[in-house]
Amino acid sequence: MPFPATHLSLVRRVRSTDAATRARAQEALAAVYWAPIYSHVRLAHRQEPADAEDLTQGFFAEAVRRDLFARYDPTRARFRTYVRRCVDSYIANALQAERRQKRGGAVTFVSLDAADIECRLTTEEDIEADAAFEREWARSIVETALARLRRQYRATGRTVPLTIFEHYDLVDTDDARPTYAELAAEHRVPATQVTNWLAAARRDFRAHALDTIRDLTSSDEEFREEVRALLGREPS
Amino acid sequence: MTTLSHAAVARLRRLIDEAPAESRYEILETLGEGGMGTVYLAHDRELERDVALKVLRAAAPSSDDRERILREARILASLEHPGIVPVHDVGVLQDGRLFYVMKRVKGERFDQFVHGEHSRTELLRALLQVCDAISFAHAAGVVHRDLKPQNIMLGAFGEVLVLDWGVAKWQRELAGPDNANTVAGTPGYMAPEQLHGVVDSRSDVFGLGGILFFLLTGQHPSSSIATDGEWREEQSIPTALRAICERSRADNPANRYPTAQAMASDIINFLDALPIAAHTESLVERLARVASRHRTAILLVLAYLVMRVALLIFTRR
Repeated sequence: MPFPATHLSLVRRVRSTDAATRARAQEALAAVYWAPIYSHVRLAHRQEPADAEDLTQGFFAEAVRRDLFARYDPTRARFRTYVRRCVDSYIANALQAERRQKRGGAVTFVSLDAADIECRLTTEEDIEADAAFEREWARSIVETALARLRRQYRATGRTVPLTIFEHYDLVDTDDARPTYAELAAEHRVPATQVTNWLAAARRDFRAHALDTIRDLTSSDEEFREEVRALLGREPS
Repeated sequence: MTTLSHAAVARLRRLIDEAPAESRYEILETLGEGGMGTVYLAHDRELERDVALKVLRAAAPSSDDRERILREARILASLEHPGIVPVHDVGVLQDGRLFYVMKRVKGERFDQFVHGEHSRTELLRALLQVCDAISFAHAAGVVHRDLKPQNIMLGAFGEVLVLDWGVAKWQRELAGPDNANTVAGTPGYMAPEQLHGVVDSRSDVFGLGGILFFLLTGQHPSSSIATDGEWREEQSIPTALRAICERSRADNPANRYPTAQAMASDIINFLDALPIAAHTESLVERLARVASRHRTAILLVLAYLVMRVALLIFTRR
């Protein structure tokens, strides 16, 4: 699955000379990276939840002010690695200069519920900072792809296939998963239609997930590396 | 929007990774239901062709079920022969059901074909192709165990394919201790010894004999050649063909053709008006067969003799 030459990823769009394009790209990057960065600040920098939230918000304000995302050099590191280094540098400076009161300003990037992230971090006490960052990054990719799928299906009136996908693939346990026959009876369609809708939704979800990663990388090589990080192997 | 659980995120990550079978194969309609599973007509999106998808019925298959369908797929994969439907893929659907993908055969089932407008020679030549495929399977160490007209398909280009290898077994398994526990087959086509779980390649010869009986009479065979009452009234069936049928359907495996190839040889000999191994012919039968075989030459000689006699009579006047 080569990186399309014409595809302009978020990482590239964040360098746009058009301010609106740049702002949208920064916001989209923040949506994906908010949770991983929060986890990183909490665990790697040992900050309390309220401070971690404040510092995370502050980092994105700083990134916009100093155009940090636009200064990324793909030849030196992966974008994800670069972001983490920027965060480390920002936190060190912020703590040293005690500038917390100035952080954030009027800009709010995402409305993520830090309590959810906190809950995930506290349920696994022994988790390493790197592992938490990786896990939150993977979760962000999955949730972004899912949000894109939902937008796409609702916009095109495919609410029943979306509902079937959510009922079948988003359940917490295998016991809670309905059978194809049960879903077919519930929605009054043949079982073969259920399998075909599920197949299509999964295919679209997969495409959105890969597109999300493509958005967050700047080259085919980096895209493949990130897919390997998410899946543990090359994309097929 | 509620937060996804770890389990849901893990499943979605697997969905990205696995490129599930359903995303490749779109199920179009049901082709047939068997004891073990359902065969669907499906469309392979990657290769853009229609295929037959056999799906195990149980969503949570036991290890025995899993082993059976995998064995069936592996048996088919090991038998590369134009008369045996090839298998393309095997896998697990998202709901846990096992499946394998076969070539989709377009054509007519043998039981329907027999009732069509076809000469006996055409039907026998089709049966010869079945014998050839089964002979190949036996040479590869596989016994089909459920040969019947419904499991044979005739393709659009005259090809004959043996289907449904769901109860087929490796001969090495048949020699093992489990052999006596498994009874599989269809009454009329199933050899008597199969009722006792004793099977070898001669059991398939019995099945081929059943197909020959059906081909000749249009009737399903009884469980034993000895009870084929309607058989005796079929006066239009040549004695040699009856003998081939009787020999292949002998109750005692030792009295049958030892191989499918031996049965095929007798059918070929019959078609070529040569003596067959299953029947010792009388002088009259022999003369009739020789006359049948050399019909053209005999007619030419007779025509010549008639002409000479006519010429002799004409010149004496």
